[in-house]
Amino acid sequence: MRSGTDRLPPRVRTLYIHLVLITAGLLILLPYYLMVITSLKPLHEVFTDPFTWFPSRLAWENYREAWTHAPFARYFANTLFIAVVETAGVLVTSALAGYAFARMRFWGRELLFTLFLGTLMVPGEVQLVPNYITITRLGWLNTYYALIVPWLGSVFGIFFMRQFFATIPQELQDAARIDGASHLTFLRRVVVPLSRPAFITVALLTFLGSWNALTWPLIVTNTPEMRPIMVGLLSFSSEWGTQPRLLMAAATFSVAPVLVLFFVLQRYFIQGIARAGMKF
Amino acid sequence: MAVDAAVGSPAGLGPRSRTRRRLLENVEAWLFLLPAAAVLAVFHFFPILYAFFVSLLRWNMIDPVRPFVGVENYVRLAGDEKFLTALGNTTYYAVVSVAVALPLALLFAALLNRRITGVSWYRTAFFIPYVTPLAAGAMAWGWLYHPDRFGLLNYLLDKTGVPPQQWLLDPRQAMPALIAVAVWGTLGRDIVIFLAGLQYIGAEYYEAAQMDGATGWQLFRHITLPLLSPTTYFLLVISMIGAFKVFALPLFLTGGGPLDRTLTIVYSIYQQGFQYFRMGYASAQAYALFAIIFLITLAQRQIAARRVHYDA
Repeated sequence: MRSGTDRLPPRVRTLYIHLVLITAGLLILLPYYLMVITSLKPLHEVFTDPFTWFPSRLAWENYREAWTHAPFARYFANTLFIAVVETAGVLVTSALAGYAFARMRFWGRELLFTLFLGTLMVPGEVQLVPNYITITRLGWLNTYYALIVPWLGSVFGIFFMRQFFATIPQELQDAARIDGASHLTFLRRVVVPLSRPAFITVALLTFLGSWNALTWPLIVTNTPEMRPIMVGLLSFSSEWGTQPRLLMAAATFSVAPVLVLFFVLQRYFIQGIARAGMKF
Repeated sequence: MAVDAAVGSPAGLGPRSRTRRRLLENVEAWLFLLPAAAVLAVFHFFPILYAFFVSLLRWNMIDPVRPFVGVENYVRLAGDEKFLTALGNTTYYAVVSVAVALPLALLFAALLNRRITGVSWYRTAFFIPYVTPLAAGAMAWGWLYHPDRFGLLNYLLDKTGVPPQQWLLDPRQAMPALIAVAVWGTLGRDIVIFLAGLQYIGAEYYEAAQMDGATGWQLFRHITLPLLSPTTYFLLVISMIGAFKVFALPLFLTGGGPLDRTLTIVYSIYQQGFQYFRMGYASAQAYALFAIIFLITLAQRQIAARRVHYDA
């Protein structure tokens, strides 16, 4: 970037860049490396001086031990259930509302849309106390309703869908109209197939947000049976804090599903973040 | 508008059926909106107002009477040393983490934007901490920061002759230690967004400047930075807002300690509201956070009006 390096031969400069990037990349991944090797170290190799970079053997029993010390199967089942229902719900409600904002005319449209966007700036923490009170009054504390229902509407999802739907040519809508197709038919047959990237992006971000959610599940659950994985991990880390090999095993298997999802859908993740970023 | 223009109103249809058609379209639109609007009304819009109302009440767990006390909670806030500590800590955290993360992210984005092999591998490595749950990453960092020599960081320091540090247990080091985790966690997102911004800048700008004899640093300073400013501005806003809402890191790593040095605003809201069940006071703190975020956005918009170039 400096004029000094510009005078270097291009191949040397490229080499420098690779060196910088490789070093930075390894540093970024170092906590994960530490996490995985610690999770595979036998009991007596965790607290060693000096530190050891590799376990002498792979202590897979740490995973079994961690898994049985807390109801992780239940945590995972809860998390998956919540994330899937929430994602499906957000896709449906956002597509319908986004379509109305982008493609239909109704009184109060602009006002309502401005109101929606205006609240994007309100930090979610403002709603914590009132929502907790509402959930308590509904008798929903410590139920799946409390964990899912409040998140079935997403201002971001609606906004994102609307922006995408607005780019679909008007001619298509007119043609569908002349053929007698209703709005719902047009949405299902034309808009949805044309908007796959938008659906995948909203689905991914919703799923990820739900999987990683911490604050809300922390306050509305009070028994292990209802906990999603992140809250389970928090209680596990306070109970087993003195056993890094178990903590790291638990951290590893909570990260694994997200990582698999990331590698399978990496393109959409990156595009989604970049696009969600650029559209505002 | 376009719908009417295209379909038109066929001759013979009177104004009455036209009104009827518009009414039908309105009803249909509202039906489309209903599922999202119902959920958002109850759990998004109403709570914004209700939180403000609750913030004007004295509301604790034992007392069933919740009297209206006006701005009492806000007055108390301004003199509450613990809250002011949380405010100071959070500001420190936000300013430093953003000031470190953004330039670093821009540097890596600029390096990745060159046509070199393996870009996607590097990008993946940088991006992983952002997609994986921060809670799990924080646990790994907690072990990295172990205060004895068993901790990896102290082991590495020991090799260079530095005595073991207390890290998260040291009142002076705890917050910088959290900031390091925060930068690690958001760097990938910032890089990806910067990269997208860099790719928007047309090659013709660089070519023109190069013809005029501009070199690497000058290109960066006079072409890249100004044309990237909408992206930088956007990142600045979302990073600051995100940083002011920090909660998971102190929750997993320090519990707000030592000596309240890592107590943050959201941590304080959590304590007041859901450990002491002082709902009124917690709501006042939440509104204070809202005000801060609002002011940040406003201030940054003012700066942006003067400094951001949208003509890329």
